[in-house]
Amino acid sequence: MQNFTKGLLKENPILVLVLGTCPTLGVTTSAFNGLGMGLATTFVLIMSNLVISLVKDFIPDKVRIPSFIVIIASFVTVVELVMQGFLPALFEQLGLFIPLIVVNCIVLGRAEAFASKNTPLSSAIDGLGMGLGFALALTVLGAIREFLGSGAIFSIKLIPGDLMLVFILAPGAFIALGYLMAITKRLNNK
Amino acid sequence: MEYIIIIISAIFVNNIVLAQFLGICPFIGVSNKISTSLGMGGAVLFVITLATIVTWLVQMYVLKPLGIEFLQTIAFILIIAGLVQMVEIILKKVSPTLYSALGVFLPLITTNCAVLGLAILTIQKDYNLMEGVVFAIANSVGFSFALIIFAGIREQLDLMEVPAGMKGVPIALVTAGILALAFMGFTGLV
Repeated sequence: MQNFTKGLLKENPILVLVLGTCPTLGVTTSAFNGLGMGLATTFVLIMSNLVISLVKDFIPDKVRIPSFIVIIASFVTVVELVMQGFLPALFEQLGLFIPLIVVNCIVLGRAEAFASKNTPLSSAIDGLGMGLGFALALTVLGAIREFLGSGAIFSIKLIPGDLMLVFILAPGAFIALGYLMAITKRLNNK
Repeated sequence: MEYIIIIISAIFVNNIVLAQFLGICPFIGVSNKISTSLGMGGAVLFVITLATIVTWLVQMYVLKPLGIEFLQTIAFILIIAGLVQMVEIILKKVSPTLYSALGVFLPLITTNCAVLGLAILTIQKDYNLMEGVVFAIANSVGFSFALIIFAGIREQLDLMEVPAGMKGVPIALVTAGILALAFMGFTGLV
């Protein structure tokens, strides 16, 4: 249970560990994009954690990292093809950041720090918790930026007209994430 | 003329860090001092240019003729990981001085999404080899440019009094946001 909950807030991969910042900033132009990216990464995290902890005893220590990367890249390719087939609009929006899940430090980080030392079940749960923590942070950040930028959340208009458009553009991503991190730090310290 | 457009667009208008969100981890992580930023910039320039050339050749002469372009993600990340390792070994033998300057940054580069991102972007944009090389070099220069400016700002920032919650990464992100805002002024240049 603890393996699951720690990823959500206390060890949130984005807001506390500061891993995987590139996709975080790149895809969170709307809450929906954030959620889509978060779930895609969650799937990769669970599957790669599971498979890596299953095969960890057969992999010589020296070629550990390359083997992990191949496993991760295979699941990323699965996500890429499935999303292209069934959610082409989302695939178009996320674009380059789907193949870039391979180099997301969270995935390799969890493989190395957790899955290579623990049982398959707890590794999968760790992947689920970390993935959902990632998805949660992405969705919240996406919602904040979408709301401040266009007055909508999940494309539902709450305030008519455009607000501060800068939040949907690049600078807003940095600024919104900075403040979100500061708030999380404050909450965790209490 | 085409090359000049590629260069200006890559360095200023679509700056790889501040507009495309690639390579944020080293941008936040190693940008504390101007000297380390220079070292990182040099290592990135080296690896990105080499990686773009090799991945372009593999895409055109291996993946495409065989009709296995869906293996792009797996193939590219393996090439990059291998390349980084090779560069490290060769550099150690051939030029120990250069190695001691760039050495610590090389392992970090495998998981720098800018490398894989640029390799994929070059293919997506249908560049030929020469354009790809110019694109890669220009983007690395843009990366170093952003990194060095940011390091300069952060050196000053260390002397400031920052509210406890904003210390460290949060204030760095907000600063990066303001820097990105400044770079938005270049929009429409090409």
